[in-house]
This record gives sequence, structure tokens and C-alpha cells, in this order.
Amino acid sequence: MTATTTSQKPARLWQRWPLLGYILRRLGTSVLLMLGVTMVTFVLTALVPGDPVAAALGEGAASNPATVAAYVEEHGLDKSIPERYLIYLAALLQGDLGTSIKTGRPVATELATAVPATVEIALCAIVVSLAVGLALGTIAAHHRGRATDQVLRVVSLLGLSVPTFWLAIMAYHTFFLRLGVAPGAGRLDPTFTPPPTVTGLYTVDFILGGDPVGFFDALAHLALPVLVLSLFTIGLLTRFIRAAVLEVLDTDYIRAARAKGLPRRRVIGAYVLRGASLPILTVVGVAFGVLLSGTVLVEAVFAWPGLGTYAFNSAINLDLPGVMGVGLVVGVIYLVINFAVDLLYGVLDPRVRLA
Amino acid sequence: MSASTSPRTRLRRGRLFRAIPTAWRTPLAMVGAIIALAWIVIALIAPWAAPHDPLAQQLPRLTAPGDASVLGTDQVGRDVFSRLLTGARVTMPLALLMVVSATVLGTLIGSIAGFVGGWVDETLMRLTDLIMAFPTVILAMIIAASLGPSLLNAVIAGIVVSWPQYARVVRSLVLSLRTQNFVIAGRLLGYSPWRSLRSDILPNVAGPVLVLASLDIGTAILLLTGLSFLGLGAQPPAAEWGSMISGAMSHIDAWWLGVFPGLAILTVVMAFNFIGDSLRDALDPLSSAEREGAAGGTEHEEPAAVENPTTEEGR
Repeated sequence: MTATTTSQKPARLWQRWPLLGYILRRLGTSVLLMLGVTMVTFVLTALVPGDPVAAALGEGAASNPATVAAYVEEHGLDKSIPERYLIYLAALLQGDLGTSIKTGRPVATELATAVPATVEIALCAIVVSLAVGLALGTIAAHHRGRATDQVLRVVSLLGLSVPTFWLAIMAYHTFFLRLGVAPGAGRLDPTFTPPPTVTGLYTVDFILGGDPVGFFDALAHLALPVLVLSLFTIGLLTRFIRAAVLEVLDTDYIRAARAKGLPRRRVIGAYVLRGASLPILTVVGVAFGVLLSGTVLVEAVFAWPGLGTYAFNSAINLDLPGVMGVGLVVGVIYLVINFAVDLLYGVLDPRVRLA
Repeated sequence: MSASTSPRTRLRRGRLFRAIPTAWRTPLAMVGAIIALAWIVIALIAPWAAPHDPLAQQLPRLTAPGDASVLGTDQVGRDVFSRLLTGARVTMPLALLMVVSATVLGTLIGSIAGFVGGWVDETLMRLTDLIMAFPTVILAMIIAASLGPSLLNAVIAGIVVSWPQYARVVRSLVLSLRTQNFVIAGRLLGYSPWRSLRSDILPNVAGPVLVLASLDIGTAILLLTGLSFLGLGAQPPAAEWGSMISGAMSHIDAWWLGVFPGLAILTVVMAFNFIGDSLRDALDPLSSAEREGAAGGTEHEEPAAVENPTTEEGR
């Protein structure tokens, strides 16, 4: 025994802790992808058809040669493309996402308040979608081929077919303007003052500040946009979870668990959903991307001051720095989520770590 | 049953052509096909069927649906019904163009990556990673914004964001097919790589790609109307569903402005999703085997080894 151990090289750090090695590899991939994301936004910014100087300064200022020269100098527009990319990257690292053409304020400052608003809506939507999707998907799988399954199939396909931006307008019109059961636009009633900022998520901050009335108002304002946003992802998750559960139901260990006489609830909770957890995790990651896309189309309707409304206003006004800023921030958020999903894979399934 | 599922890639082509009639018989696909067909007919006859010029601002403004105009008029006195019919001519062909282009591009790149391998594969796959690192609508939005707002640019943005999914699927299918005996046999017979790809590999890739594409038509319509809603697609005064809804936002009391274009998008997308989902179901080896079994084995599942695409090619 001792002979074999001494003849081997001392185990490296990641050989002793495979999970650590896995995390480091994933982290490396994510950093590279993040660089790629900045490259995409840079190329799209640099390749703008037309005169970027005139676009950024406006017609008036662009006719002044001194202003133009100063702008070209400041943004290094006279340098080569690789040099300009490095300048762009250096600016990004200092938190400079450019200046909004519409408002003249730094994009980074404007996005800083928008990110928590969108994170709050997206987190709520993913919780709602996952809860409903898990329930409907499991039910559909258990009633496979029967009427319940068919109805759920049509329902989830309907969810995947509704244009979210239209549903948002319809919901706002019906539940706020007509019926008056939902609160109006925005994150809070005008009579409330926002809670002291800790996380930027109003619901959490109200709880931390010990203000239940404010919490319920924030929650009520979340309800409609979250439900509208969730419909598509509920459809998506239901279809995928049904398929994942069906796959597991067909395995020997589920048959064994049933044959053993375990109660159905325990078989589903402890065996089926656990066995299906990896594909479910994958589709939750995908659903997050869909939700981030959806916010762009939904938030503006509810005047929700998040990334989506900012993107909508930037797009409508062709404010390119604003649009690119949203693209970059959402790209990074999505990368972080995918990184977290990858880590969870490694935790849930030891085989993944070795791949 | 388990014996015939492992080499199922070889069965795909045969499956595809058997699956289409199977899928057709399900009520879901039938409903989808009828609605889709209805919209295609509407798109074809719109110029003659529309009671008014969709761009003419000659009617009283913001009148509710009634005798004068079936679906009311908008804020500048255009006929909503005429604009709705005309909108079918805008969105559907462009969505189809987008899906077909993305399918061709993705299949081409995916098969090159899978077949050539090495650094070519590595480069192409990292490119798909990069594009898939963004949520699709966000990437399409920033591409469309930087190209400049127009419907054509929205389509280009749509193609750029959607080809990678085809490339991924095709690449993995090509990789698994490359080591199958019938493909190796073809190479040993002296097939050029191109002929091997064309006659042995691509026919077996067609089924899954077609399902993906049919499910993608709905997504494409949602993307194009969404970009138009953001002002990055169709430009006013074009009669396009997404921009009609966008215009309705500032006249929220005139409910008919927003309701009908939204219902149009919903029904079209739903129709294509019904068709795509039924097709996928029919192609899925598990569920189709079950259906065949339930139907009393009307369609006998041949053992995988017998049905060999190399013999199907008839050489």
C-alpha cells in the first residue's frame, strides 16, 4: 500500500476536491464568456451605421469642429479597432457604460436603480413559474395520455403562444382600469415612500425595515406583472417537467419504490422529482433567460422602473448607449445565473464534476 | 422495445415520413392546421378582402366597432379590420423567411462542425456559446437597434439569434451518425465527405430539424412582433400587428385597438405551436411507440437493423 502511494505524485488540489476544480473550470468559462459578451456589445456599438459622433452629440454640437475633435479624442475614435476595444473594456471596468443620449446621464447610474427592480420581478416570476410548472408537469405526467394531460397540454401551449406585451396591456386594462382590483402602475402607491435601500428589492427592504403595510403594497404591485410574465415560463416549465418526470417514471427504481408500497406522495417527492432534478434545473436556467427577455416587453406597460422599461424607452428613442447598457447588464446577469445552474449541477450530480 | 431505441438515429428519416400522417390525425394538429391555413388564405386575399385602404386616414377617428367599421378605427382614422388583414401579409412571410434562413444556416454550420471536427468545430461551437450567452430577445434587440430600425433588420437579428440552436442539434446528431456502421460503410465504398454528408447523414438529421423549425415559427412571430412593439421592427404607418399594439398603448380606453392585433398574433402562434408539438410527439420514439401499441399495432415497428438508410438510398 505504502509503495503505491509514494510512487504516485502528490494529489493536486482539484484532484482532492473535485468540486473545487469543477467550480474553477466553470468560473474560467464564465469569465471568457463575459469577455465575449463585451466583445459583442463593442462590435455592435462600433459598427453603428452612420456617424457615431453626430449620433452621440446631436446635430447642433456635431457642427462645432472643436466639440467633435474633443469627443473623438475622449472616446479614442481615431484609434484602431483593437485599441478602441481595450479603451472600451477599461471604461467598463471602471463602471462607465457610456452616456445616455436621451437624458445625458451616465447609463451606469440609471441602470443601478433599475437592476434591483427587475431582479425582484424576475425572482418572483421564477418562483411562481416553478411552483405552478412543477405541479402541472407532475400531474400531466401522472395522467399521461388521459384528458387531464391533454387539457394541460393545450393550456401550456397557449401560455407559450401569448404575446407577453399584449397580455400585459390587456391585464392592466382589465384589472386596474376596468375592475379596479389591481393597484396601478409602478412599484408602490404614490402615498408610500420607498423603504431604506438595503437590497433594492422593495418587498425585502420593507420587511427589514419592519413595515408590513408597505410590504403588502409592494407585493400587490408585483402581482400583476409577475403573473403576466410567468404565463410563458409556466407553459415552458410544464412541458419540460412533464417530459422529465415521464422519463423517470419509466425507471426500475420507481417501479421498485412503488412495488415496495411507498405512498405516492413520497415516491414523487423523494424519488421522481429528485431523479428529474437535472433536466428541471436546465430548463429553469433557460426560463430565466426567457423572463429577462420578457421584462423588456412587460415592464414598460406597468411603468415598472426596471431594466425592461429602460430598454423600452431606449429602444423607442434609439438611444444606443442605453440599449447596449441593458444588453451588457442582462448578458452578465444571465451568465451569473448559468454559472449558478452549473454549480448546482455539480452539487446534485457528482458525475458532472469529472466531465 | 429497448433494443430498437438505441440506434434510433438511423430510423429518423423513415420516422419523419411516417410521423407526418400520424401527427395529422390528432385533433390538436388538425385545429392548428385549420387555423394556420385560414391565416394563410387571409394573407393571400387581404388586398381584395380589406374593405378600406389600410393606410388611408379617411374615417372618423377612434370609433368603436360597429356598423361603420367591423373592428373600429384607430387614432388617425384608419380601419382596424383592414389593417389586421394586411398585417397577416407582413408577419407570416417574414417569420417563415427567418426560420428557413436560420435552419439552413444552422444546419450548414452544425454539420460542418460535426463532420470536420478539430479547431473548426471548436471555433464554431464557441461562437454558438457566445450567442447563446444572451437571452434571445435582448440580443435581437441590441442587434436590431444597432443596425437601425426596420423590419428587414429585425429579421436579420432574428436569424443571428436563432441559428445556433439548429447548429447545436445538427452537430450532435452528425457526431453520433459519423460512427454508425452504414456511414462508415459508405466512406469505405469511396464516398467523398460531401457525398457521405449529403446522402447518409443529412437525411437522418432532417426529422429533428424539421420539428425544431416548426416549433420555431411561433417563436419567430413573437420575436418579430415584439421587436416591432419596441419600435425596432415595422415602422409607422405600416400595418403590422406588433406596432399596432404599441400604438394602442397611448389610447388604452380604445380597447379595440389592442385586443384584435393581439388575438391575431395569439391565434397564429398557437396554430403553429399545435402543429409543431404534435409533430414532435409523433416523432418521439417513446410516445409514438405507445400510440402504435395502443392502436393495436396498426403500424408495425420494424427492428432497427432491418431498416437501414443505406438501402433506402437505393444504390
